[in-house]
Amino acid sequence: MRDTKPTRALFQTGSIVLALLLATVVLLLAKADPIAAYKNIALGAAGSWDVVANVFVSWVPLLLATSGLLVTFTVGLWNIGIEGQITLGAVFTTWAMRLMQDSGWNPAIIIALAVLAGMMGGALWAMLAGALKTFGGVNEIFGGLGLNFVATALNIWLIFGPWKRPGIASMSGTLPFERNLWMPIAEGSSRLTPATLILAIVGILVVYALLEGTYFGLKLKAVGKNPKSAYILGIPTWQHMMTSFAICGLFAGLAGAVQVTAVYHRLIPSISSGYGYMGLMVAMLVGFRASLAAPVALFFAALNVGSIQLPIVLKLDSSLAGVLQGTIVLFVILGQGVRDRLLKKAKVGS
Amino acid sequence: MQVELRGITKCFGSLRANDSISLAVSPASVMGILGENGAGKSTLMKILSGFYSPDSGDIVLDGKKITISSPADAIRQGIGMLHQDPLDFPPLRVIDDFILGRKGGILPGRKKAAREFRELATRFDFALDTEAYVDTLTVGERQQLEILRLLWLGARVLILDEPTTGISLPQKEKLFATLRKLAAEGMTVLFVSHKLEDVEALCDAACVLRQGKLVGTMKPPFQARALVEMMFGKEVELAPRTHIEPGKNILCAKGVCLDGIRIQIKGVDLEVRSGEVIGLAGMEGSGQALFLGACAGLSQPTDGCFCLDDGASGPDGRNMTGRTHHDFKRNGVAYLPAARLEEGLVPGLSLTEHFVLSEGPRGLGARKGPFIDKKKADALARERITTYNIKGRPDSTVESLSGGNQQRALLALMRTPLNLVLVEHPTRGLDIESTIYIWSKLKERCSQGTAIVFISSDLDEILQYSDRVLVFYSGRVTPPLEAESLSVERLGRLIGGKGWDELAPEAAHA
Repeated sequence: MRDTKPTRALFQTGSIVLALLLATVVLLLAKADPIAAYKNIALGAAGSWDVVANVFVSWVPLLLATSGLLVTFTVGLWNIGIEGQITLGAVFTTWAMRLMQDSGWNPAIIIALAVLAGMMGGALWAMLAGALKTFGGVNEIFGGLGLNFVATALNIWLIFGPWKRPGIASMSGTLPFERNLWMPIAEGSSRLTPATLILAIVGILVVYALLEGTYFGLKLKAVGKNPKSAYILGIPTWQHMMTSFAICGLFAGLAGAVQVTAVYHRLIPSISSGYGYMGLMVAMLVGFRASLAAPVALFFAALNVGSIQLPIVLKLDSSLAGVLQGTIVLFVILGQGVRDRLLKKAKVGS
Repeated sequence: MQVELRGITKCFGSLRANDSISLAVSPASVMGILGENGAGKSTLMKILSGFYSPDSGDIVLDGKKITISSPADAIRQGIGMLHQDPLDFPPLRVIDDFILGRKGGILPGRKKAAREFRELATRFDFALDTEAYVDTLTVGERQQLEILRLLWLGARVLILDEPTTGISLPQKEKLFATLRKLAAEGMTVLFVSHKLEDVEALCDAACVLRQGKLVGTMKPPFQARALVEMMFGKEVELAPRTHIEPGKNILCAKGVCLDGIRIQIKGVDLEVRSGEVIGLAGMEGSGQALFLGACAGLSQPTDGCFCLDDGASGPDGRNMTGRTHHDFKRNGVAYLPAARLEEGLVPGLSLTEHFVLSEGPRGLGARKGPFIDKKKADALARERITTYNIKGRPDSTVESLSGGNQQRALLALMRTPLNLVLVEHPTRGLDIESTIYIWSKLKERCSQGTAIVFISSDLDEILQYSDRVLVFYSGRVTPPLEAESLSVERLGRLIGGKGWDELAPEAAHA
């Protein structure tokens, strides 16, 4: 076997087919009709303009999280703490909004400042994980995981404590902001906010340009692939790791800010909605290349939104989307592994 | 147990690490295995202890031909190996480490094992606490633990790979006493070393490997001169050397003391002058790599200091204590590591990307700013590839290049101007053509006033290219010796720890 584009494509499509087969088996075990399930997912994700808009609402924070993660993955870091960074972004945004909501300032300025505050919050939380790694010798996976729990606890405490609704605290979150403090929604849609779409698109373009075209991106790559050599080549290693943490945190914080200002208009307990973990999957699936992140994130968002139909129509649990996403990632990575082994064998054999 | 190797051959790629080696070791004796780095000693021992399987040849124990499939299989057949870095588990307790390799049983049976451990330890007068953690032991104690473990598992052939590196003198004496006792009890001991004095003190016979071949065996009394000649080959005719008049001091080492993992260096004084080439000779792990790394700021001296000429700080240069490698780099020091793909180059990145990383916008002749000028980068890569005669394209990843071309790429990555180039094994694993080429490029730097300090285990290379030589032996360092006054034979003896007493009076001007 040789390493050519067709074999690569063959392995990738094969992996996706296998993932679909496995999901089908799961459906059959659950005594559900697979065809009906897939049809419902498709309809749920593309059946009407409204659901398509919902897919994009889900795409924005997912793509933002993925964009940030591409930076940390490039430098060789597993920023699993991104969930907490999204949460902290949402918390900081809410905090800023609460401070400014009665100020009588122009809503656009309030929203912009709140979004910036969210980005700062995300960056702060990410740099905390980075500092733990750099100065405390705590692996970023463990540090990030720990900080995720702290972020969740902080969020719940705020919702049920200082920021609770007047009267009773509720799982449904803090009191929603005034309508005029929502990110403007597109004409004829119930949820889609064009401004956030622009943010997500600009975000991934910035990351693409950063990683593909700049000295900084190349240095990140070098550190990620071999920190020892990178150091000997004159690249300050930990400083680059720290910076990439901060950049990823900015993106995660932005995702959290979008969740607060454009999606929920308040702080809710599960404000990160698992977009951080899903972003990890998307980044792995695209092999950490920025060029493919947007379409793949869109596909994952569609699976997410589409599967909301399942419990309603087929009385199935909507976690099927998660099963599908997980198996696709697993099989694609497995496919790469098998391909590499075969290539190695072919090389030794020749 | 009688150990016999018949026609053992093992190749790694095109390298014949062992070339039809035949060797017989009689029971109740200690056989020394001598040879320089890369001679094939370790490979041969790893074949005998089941780490590698030979491409061809037989292993015969007590007249019976056997095959060994793994280290576990080797110990079942009675062959145990004590590795240079003891293969133990630092986070475990001594007793747990001790019983780990045992076959069978669900319960560990610590009590019985501990009793047997203590009996064994008493027999050899080892003071080891079963409850201590392995990482609190010294290297010597860890060896003792490993020896006890192998004996307990039933070893009747004991292989020791460079066991006297990194242990104290009393520990060494105890080790030798233990080995003699074991041999007297019928154990077959294979003792791998490059230290002539160890072989003289301990072995009943010695054999010498060179470039994968067995070149000779010797019984006591050992003649050091003959052994050295077997290890390093005959003295070769040296090509005429180009001499460059040394200029001002580039680097001063003043009483430098260094603390490595296994080795300590005390009080090295050296002045490196521009245009000069200094060779660091010694067996691997004798401290020369530690010293070279410290010259690059990669590790800090525990005492003494390095001073670099930066053209501004007066005749003594700038004291670099507490400075990082990047500060050294800014002062015109380049470091070329031996592990090219591990420490020098970034696998996965192309040649062009390497040049961009090392040169930055200014080196590319591009405008300042965050974006890489891809056209200029490509032009630079093409130019360097031609100048340094690298067989590769600008977009070739470095791991796809051959070793010689990787070394050329490392050279091509050096910036201009440079004050000092530090090179580990500049031509290891390279063919003649590449070797000559690499040195012509290094010498070119010298003629521009750059000083070179390099490590090599190839004595001819040391004598051929250095102006002065420092010999390292177990952390001891000779004063700088004039290369012209050295012979391969004398250098070999120094590397093996001989002839150090007569050094002091004839030391060259430091």
